[in-house]
Amino acid sequence: MKSLKASGHQLANVDVQLQTLQSEVADTLQLPLFHEKLQTAGLFPLSTTEPAVFQINLGKMCNQVCRHCHVDAGPDRKEIMTRETMQACLDALAQTNIPTVDLTGGAPEMNPNFRWFVEEVRKLGRKVMVRCNLTIIVANPKYNDLPDFFRQHEVEVVSSLPFYNADKTDRQRGKGVFEDSVRALRMLNAVGYGQPDTGLLLNLVYNPNGAFLPGPQESLKRQFKRVLQDEFGIQFNDLYAITNIPISRFLDYLISSGNYDGYMEKLVNAFNPVAAAGVMCRNTLSISWDGFIYDCDFNQMLDLKVASPVQHVQDFDLTTLNQRSVVINQHCYGCTAGAGSSCGGTTA
Amino acid sequence: MQTYYNPEDLKKFGKIGEFQKELADKFFSYYGSVFAEGALTAREKSLIALAVAHAVQCAYCIDAYTSDTLEKGCSEAEMMEAVHVAAAIRGGASLVHGVQMMNKAKELSM
Repeated sequence: MKSLKASGHQLANVDVQLQTLQSEVADTLQLPLFHEKLQTAGLFPLSTTEPAVFQINLGKMCNQVCRHCHVDAGPDRKEIMTRETMQACLDALAQTNIPTVDLTGGAPEMNPNFRWFVEEVRKLGRKVMVRCNLTIIVANPKYNDLPDFFRQHEVEVVSSLPFYNADKTDRQRGKGVFEDSVRALRMLNAVGYGQPDTGLLLNLVYNPNGAFLPGPQESLKRQFKRVLQDEFGIQFNDLYAITNIPISRFLDYLISSGNYDGYMEKLVNAFNPVAAAGVMCRNTLSISWDGFIYDCDFNQMLDLKVASPVQHVQDFDLTTLNQRSVVINQHCYGCTAGAGSSCGGTTA
Repeated sequence: MQTYYNPEDLKKFGKIGEFQKELADKFFSYYGSVFAEGALTAREKSLIALAVAHAVQCAYCIDAYTSDTLEKGCSEAEMMEAVHVAAAIRGGASLVHGVQMMNKAKELSM
């Protein structure tokens, strides 16, 4: 399977995505636009708080081509953060007290400077989280020692596993992904990840395998814990339930499967003001592979840069950035539906 | 095409209170309590509801509890086993009356 971009799909164009979302909510469904919903909740404009997470997308290259991927990542994507931009990120980070650096992609480990970068971030005394797709660990012998590298640098590993069986996982993430993910999880467990009293955190990310919302996070976590332990001997710490955001490949899936109207209506009708107040974009800075600054990874994929005079990490100035409001659009309904959704799971 | 069942009507279920508010309010309050976590988990209750939806052949309920069981992280195998439970009980309910038929046949026969 190719990325939308490589296949020349019209949804690879972010303007087409934004127009599609806008006309769906306003014209087809005749429901309130997102800023109107925020207004009724007393949350517009959506203010920012002191940033707690510095999220960096190290590139769109990935060894997987997941059907729901909001990044449109894959082996055919060549956008990779350069060492120069990484250094600019380090310089920016050093100006702040932001405690957590969240590395994502693509498969961030495929960036040739990934290990150097993790070491440099750790020298700054910041906690590192990596959004590891698991299969990268077993994709090539040069990645087999990643669990040990993560352990040495006390990296928190956050990994997608949309279901506890092969059928559903592979339908979303590609053939053989579940089996490879199990192998990788066992390797992580073997060096201490997900084990009691090691302090090595292994958290899983659940996202629905289609056009429906995630159920209660705690219930899903109990089920995953039971099945993964009983059937595969795998242990993990926490499970984050994340809603699929209607952009990029998931938007393509919704439209082509005839689920678009129903899903958007479900998201809008499930708007939860408590979840909206807790969205991650309020305390996150998201840096793209080419150094631009966004409020979140989804805005990054829609090229909705921060509403600030400072828009690139080379010009980083936290005082100026902290004066901004969050840039919103219709895709934001995904993070405010039901129990809410963020990179750390539910928000309400 | 007009049909007796319109999927859009499921979204209007909450509006039955327009004709009789007090009883509707009581029903939805009771309904919410029934499906809350209790001695059975909400997940288990959702699978029971899916099975019952098939037993009573309620098209609205089948749509609603297919979505609900998926949202609660049930596997497709679990969902189909729930439907088989409904089918087994319905089939069994017919077959167990075969005993009555046998009793009557024996009563009437030499």
